[in-house]
Amino acid sequence: MQGLYAVFRKELCDHFSSYRFVILFAVIAMVSFITSYVVGIHMRQNLEALSNTKFPFLMLFSTTGTLFSMVQFVAFFGPLIGLVLGFDSINRERAHGTLIKLISQPIYRDAVINGKFLAGVVTISIMLLSIVLVITGFGLAIVGVVPGIEEIWRLTVYLVISIFYVSLWLGVSILFSILFRSIATSALASVALWIFLSFFVSLGADVVANTVAPVNQQNAANPEAVLRNTRIKESVGLCSPMVLYSRATATIIDPMRKTNRAIVLMGPMEELLASRFQNPLPLSQSLIVVFPHTTALIAITLICFAISYTVFMMQEIRT
Amino acid sequence: MDNGKIIETVGLTKRYGPQTAVDHLSFQVEDGEIFGFLGPNGAGKSTTLLMLLGLSRPTEGSARVCGLDPIRKAREVKRLVGYLPENVGFYGDMDAVQSLEYVAGLSGISTANLGDKIERLLDLVGLKAEARKKVGAYSRGMRQRLGVAEVLIKDPKVLFLDEPTLGLDPDGALRLIELIHSLNRDHNITVVLSSHNLYQVQKISHRVGIMIKGKMVAEGSMEKLAQDKFGVGDKEYSLEEIYMKYFQEV
Repeated sequence: MQGLYAVFRKELCDHFSSYRFVILFAVIAMVSFITSYVVGIHMRQNLEALSNTKFPFLMLFSTTGTLFSMVQFVAFFGPLIGLVLGFDSINRERAHGTLIKLISQPIYRDAVINGKFLAGVVTISIMLLSIVLVITGFGLAIVGVVPGIEEIWRLTVYLVISIFYVSLWLGVSILFSILFRSIATSALASVALWIFLSFFVSLGADVVANTVAPVNQQNAANPEAVLRNTRIKESVGLCSPMVLYSRATATIIDPMRKTNRAIVLMGPMEELLASRFQNPLPLSQSLIVVFPHTTALIAITLICFAISYTVFMMQEIRT
Repeated sequence: MDNGKIIETVGLTKRYGPQTAVDHLSFQVEDGEIFGFLGPNGAGKSTTLLMLLGLSRPTEGSARVCGLDPIRKAREVKRLVGYLPENVGFYGDMDAVQSLEYVAGLSGISTANLGDKIERLLDLVGLKAEARKKVGAYSRGMRQRLGVAEVLIKDPKVLFLDEPTLGLDPDGALRLIELIHSLNRDHNITVVLSSHNLYQVQKISHRVGIMIKGKMVAEGSMEKLAQDKFGVGDKEYSLEEIYMKYFQEV
């Protein structure tokens, strides 16, 4: 345990005193400020006119301001935090000849990787928590809305999911820093994987869906065909952690959303019901809706760390 | 520990694919001696040291360090053995005191009196004046001496020093060798010293082992090796002559 604690403490110190952390934090804090400020101003002007004001506080996070909402921003650029914190964690030590020194101390070898991962997760948590708290403060000041108990719970769940999501990318970058000797290679590889999974998978999903189950002029009116196309698109899209995360958090942060599906087949009576009774979902129901997504996200994070752990434990370290 | 042997290996072998780095190595290091571990580059000296520390798993054979199996009791062995690797690295943005504190934290040394201990060690290795200078600005000699201080902080019984004088100027190398000698003499620390600087090894080693192509071709005191190779004579042979003789034979 003493080894884990020592590594953890040192890594945490390094994170907080490094320039890259300061720069990253500045960028992210700036964007969240601006987004929430724009949303806040917009809301103050239109709060009366808004059709549903059940959870005005959560709208600070979910409303699309000029460019994107806070939630979308974390979905897009949150991974970057994880990547930047982890891409050189092991191979920098290797390059400087400090890794062999570390593991020749009386510690278990896994203390090194556990300490590094834990320090990253704690840094990420502090970062995300402070951003959420800052926006909360903005909301109180600009819009003048006070969060209710349920909103606080929802924000907590949102934070937990976000921490897992960003930690997933931390795990990916630590894995690459173990696999690749060169720091530049591991940085590039992790950024490449991030871009591929976040942006290209959704493009690929369209291509796959349109090839396997095309919707053309003949069958555009056929709901079966449209549904099949959409189903395939969604399934392929779920390969992307960003899609998983967006689905999971959108329902958590917006209680009015009742499903994660893009298309829902409804009969006329159901349609009438849905338009008449527009009540928010209780938190427990929202959690059930996103349960598969959340579980998958957490599982990927754990698997990713498990792979890094195993590779690191099996590796022969000579320098 | 048993029968005064600090290190005992039996048929220790390490293979990397078809290549054999260490080939059925059997040797012993006695308590309280300085063992000069010689051999050309790539002879398998570092691999042997890594196996003795439990950092690398032998393909065959077994080893005992302080009576413990380095594979099963890796943590206990690493507590007793201080290892200074070849080209040891440091965190450039820490100063000497911070580096020592980090290593002490990893070794689980209580923080009580740690400051005094660090001061004493820095004094011992002659870095007291530069204690608060960033390690990134250290010269090679200073870094090597800081490395020695780092392995000494856990009060080891045994030191494995892998090419500690490599790349040092003559004065720096001499000071380091003297430091190693005094650690052995005054603190009763067993030292396994791997080096190419045969003159210095000869000066302080009690016994030497010559390892070539993964095999220990000779082991014993200087007189014994000279006798084996040159027969009894009135001439004193230097370690260099003995080493070259063995090297040419293989």
